[in-house]
Amino acid sequence: MKIIKEAIAGTLESSDIQIMLVSNKNAGIEIQLKSSVEKQFGKQIRKVITEVLKKMEIENVKLVAVDKGALDCTIKARVQCAVCRACGIKEQYDWEVIE
Amino acid sequence: MERLRRTMMFVPGNNPGMLRDACLYGADSLMFDLEDAVAISEKDAARFLVYNALKTIDYGDTEIVVRINALDNPFGRADIEAVVRAGVDVIRLPKTETKDDILAVEAVIEEVERKIGREVGSTKMMAAVESAIGVINAYSIATSSKRLIGIALGAEDYVTNLKTKRYADGMELMGARSQIVIAARAAGIYALDTVYSNVDNMEGFIREVELIKQLGFDGKSVINPKQIKPVHEIYSPTAQEIKKSLDICRASSEAKKQGLGVISLNGKMIDKPIIERAERLVQLAIAVGLYKEDIKNEK
Amino acid sequence: MKNSIGRDIPENAIKDRKLYQGEFAMNSSIVKTTTKVKPVNPSDSKLLDNIEEAIVKCGLKDGMTISFHHHFREGDYILNMVVDIIASLGIKNLTLASSSLASIHKSLVKHIKSGVITKISTSGLRGELAEEISNGLMDEPVIIRSHGGRARAIEAGDVKIDVAFLGAPSSDEYGNASGSRGVANCGSLGYAKMDALYADKVIIITDFLVEFPNVPASISQTNVDYVVKIDKIGDPAGIASGATRYTKNPKELLIAEYASKVIVESGYFKEGFSFQTGTGGATLAVSRFLKTEMLNASIKASFALGGITKPMVEMHEEGLIKHIFDVQGFDLSAVESIDKNPSHHEIDSSFYANPHNKGCIANKLDVVVLSALEIDTDFNVNVMTGSDGVLRGASGGHSDTAACAKLTIIVSPLIRGRIPCVVDCVNTVITPGESIDVLVTEIGIAINPKRVDLIEKFKHVNVPVYTIEELKKKVDCIVGVPEKIQYDDKVIALVEYRDGSIIDVVRKVKL
Repeated sequence: MKIIKEAIAGTLESSDIQIMLVSNKNAGIEIQLKSSVEKQFGKQIRKVITEVLKKMEIENVKLVAVDKGALDCTIKARVQCAVCRACGIKEQYDWEVIE
Repeated sequence: MERLRRTMMFVPGNNPGMLRDACLYGADSLMFDLEDAVAISEKDAARFLVYNALKTIDYGDTEIVVRINALDNPFGRADIEAVVRAGVDVIRLPKTETKDDILAVEAVIEEVERKIGREVGSTKMMAAVESAIGVINAYSIATSSKRLIGIALGAEDYVTNLKTKRYADGMELMGARSQIVIAARAAGIYALDTVYSNVDNMEGFIREVELIKQLGFDGKSVINPKQIKPVHEIYSPTAQEIKKSLDICRASSEAKKQGLGVISLNGKMIDKPIIERAERLVQLAIAVGLYKEDIKNEK
Repeated sequence: MKNSIGRDIPENAIKDRKLYQGEFAMNSSIVKTTTKVKPVNPSDSKLLDNIEEAIVKCGLKDGMTISFHHHFREGDYILNMVVDIIASLGIKNLTLASSSLASIHKSLVKHIKSGVITKISTSGLRGELAEEISNGLMDEPVIIRSHGGRARAIEAGDVKIDVAFLGAPSSDEYGNASGSRGVANCGSLGYAKMDALYADKVIIITDFLVEFPNVPASISQTNVDYVVKIDKIGDPAGIASGATRYTKNPKELLIAEYASKVIVESGYFKEGFSFQTGTGGATLAVSRFLKTEMLNASIKASFALGGITKPMVEMHEEGLIKHIFDVQGFDLSAVESIDKNPSHHEIDSSFYANPHNKGCIANKLDVVVLSALEIDTDFNVNVMTGSDGVLRGASGGHSDTAACAKLTIIVSPLIRGRIPCVVDCVNTVITPGESIDVLVTEIGIAINPKRVDLIEKFKHVNVPVYTIEELKKKVDCIVGVPEKIQYDDKVIALVEYRDGSIIDVVRKVKL
C-alpha cells in the first residue's frame, strides 16, 4: 500500500486515540506519541501501531498519535483507518493485507 | 427455546468507549450502528472500530448485531465484508422495502462467507422496516431468507414516510406494529419494536413496553442502559403466572401418560393453544432464572 | 525493612518511627500532650487589623509549625494568603501541618523552593503541588496522615502546632467561630476543632464579623488568641456546591446497585444499622439504592457518618437516618441542615476517627463504602497515587473507617480509561488488605478470603462473584499488562497509618 496523502483518524475523546500520518520518503517508520498512560503503556502502544503498519506494508511513514487511554483494538482500528485514508482507499479494502 | 431477545441496545459504532462497555448492562442483544449514528465522513472509521471490537472484545453470551449501511450507497458492501469477517452474529439491514433488498444483502454475505471459509448461512440477518412500502411487504420480507431471524420497526423514518409524527399514545404506529407482528409470527421469526427516545421519561417508556408486549412483540430496542431492566421486568412472568403454567403443563403430561385425549385442570377443559402458551411461559421462566426445573419433583 | 504487609520501608526513612504491624497493634496507653495558653484579660482585645499583625503578635519564628484546615476545599483563599504574608516577613523553615491540601495550593511551590516551607504533613495532595513533590521538590518527605491519624498525632504531641490559622465563615470579635451564618459557609468545622484545642496560638480569620456572642460556636472563644477580618475567606462555589446530585453514569450506577445488594445480603442490614458512604460517583450512588431497600424493608439507620451531602440530609429529614455525625459538609444542603436539624451533629476529627481515644464514632460503624484508585490481589487499597506513581489523592478517612467498620466495601470500576484498578501490587498502600472485606466492580464482586462468613452469605446474592485474581486476569486481558512504574530511591512521602506507624512510602518518580 502506498501513502499518497496526509490523513487523520480518531478523536481526542477519552478511550480513543487520534492518529495523524504522512509519508516519510525513505526514512522508515517514525512514531511520535503523546499518551495519558505513557509510562504504563507507551511501549505497548508503539508496538501495536508498528505491527499494524508493518502488516499493511507501510514502511515509510511519519505518525503522530495523541492517546487518551485507547485499548489495543481501538488503536488498531484507528491506524488501519488512517492508513487506508492516506492511501486513498475508501471501500475496496484488501482484507488479506489488513487482517 | 430460542434465545431471548427482549432488549436490543443501540450502540454507535464510532464510539470506542461505548463499544467496550456495552455488554455490562445485561441487554440480550447489542446493535452496533454503522448507519444513522455515524457521520458520512466517519463511516470507514466506524467500520474499523466495530471490526476490531468484534474480533477482540469478549461479549459473552450477548448476541451482536450490526446495522450496516444499505447497498444503495458505497458503504454497505464494505460494511458487510468487514463484519462477516469479524464474526458478527446478525446483520441488520435498514430501510428494508422488498424481499429483494434482503436477497441482495444475502448474496454479498454468502460471497464473503465462502471467500473466508466461514460456514455459509452462519451469519444471520434482520430486517428493519421503516416505510409504508416496507410494512406492506412485511410478510414477503419476513419469509425471504432462511437467515432472517427477526423483523423490526423503525418508527422515526416510518412516521415521516406516513406524513405524520410520533405521539405519546402511539396510535400512528398501530398499523405498522400489527403488520410486523403478524408477519413475524406467520414467518416464524421474531418481532422487535422501535426505540423510545425520551430516556428521562421512564413512565412513558414503561407504558409503551406494556403496550408492545400486549401486541405480541418479542422485544424492544433500547438506547440507554437504564431502559433495560424495566423491559426485562415487564417480560418476566409473575410467580402466579409461572405456577398456573406449571399446573397446566403437569395436567397436560399427566393426560398424555394416561392416554387421555382431553386435558382438564380443576374441572375446566384446556385446549392446545393454552397448553402451548403455558409451555412457552415455563421456558421463559427458566431462561430468566425465575424457575429451576426440579427433576425429582417431576416424577 | 519490610513491614507486616510486605511493603519495603527504607531504613533512613524510618528513623525512630515504628513499622506497621497490624490494624490495632498499637493500643497501649497514651499520654496526651499539653498546650501553652496565654491568658486573656477583660481589657484585652483580640480583634486585629490584618493578618500580618496577627503573625507578629503570635511570635511566629523560623522553624515553627503552622496549621490550617481544609473545609474550604478548592475555594480556599486563606492558606495561600497567609503563607504569602509569612514569606514577605522573611520567616523560613516552617512545617506546614494542614489537615489537607488542594490544587489551589499550588502557590506553595514557590514558597517551598525559597525555603519558607520545608516540611509538610497533610491528608492529601493534588494538582501541580502534588506533581512537583512527586518529582522531588522537597528534601524532607511529606507525612501523609488520615483524618483519625492527624487527630491522634495532635493529641499525642507528635504534631506540635505553634500557630493555627483557622478560616471561619463567621466569628465574633472574641473568636467564637462557626461554619455557618456567614456568606461563604462550609458547615462543620470538624477538622479545625482539633487545631483550636491544641495549637499554642490560634488565629481566627473571617470575612463575616458578627455581633458578640456568635453562639452556638464550633470553635470557642476560650481557645482563640486573635481574630482578623478580611475581605474574602474563599470562593463560596468552591467551598460548598449548590447540591450534590447522584451520578447518571450507567457504569457507576451499576456498581452502586451491586454494592447495595451486597449490603442487604451481608447480615449487617437491619434496624438501627449505621453506615458511611462517599460524597460522589458510585460511592454516593449506593445510598440511592440503599434508600429503596430501607424503605422496602422498613429499616431505619441509627446514624450516618462522614462527609455529608444532600442525599444524606434528605434521608435524615425523611426519617430514614436518626443521627448524622458530620465532620465535613460538602454542599449547601449539609450546611443548612447542620444548623437547623438537632440530630445533625458536628463532630471533630478525634471523635470521628482517632484510634487512640476512648472510642471514636468510627468504632461503631456497621457499613462503609469507599472508593479506590487501585486495589491489589491482597486487597490493599491505594487512594493516594495514580497508576503513574504521582501523588494525586488523599488518605482522608479511608483507613480509619475501613479498619473500624464491620463491613468495608470498596467500589471501583475494573478499569479507568486504560488504567487498571485491580493490580498485582498497588503503588502506595493507604489502607491494608486486612481492613477490606468486599470489592464491588461493574462485572461483579470479590470477597476477601479471610471473610469466610461473607463468602457463605454471598453464595445466593444476585451478583456475580469472582476471586480477586480472576478480576485481575480480566483486567489484564482487556488493557494488557502495564509497565511497572520506575522510581528513584528518594522517599518523597511517608504514609503514616492511623496509629502513627509507617505503612508505606512514596518514592520520587523517575522522569
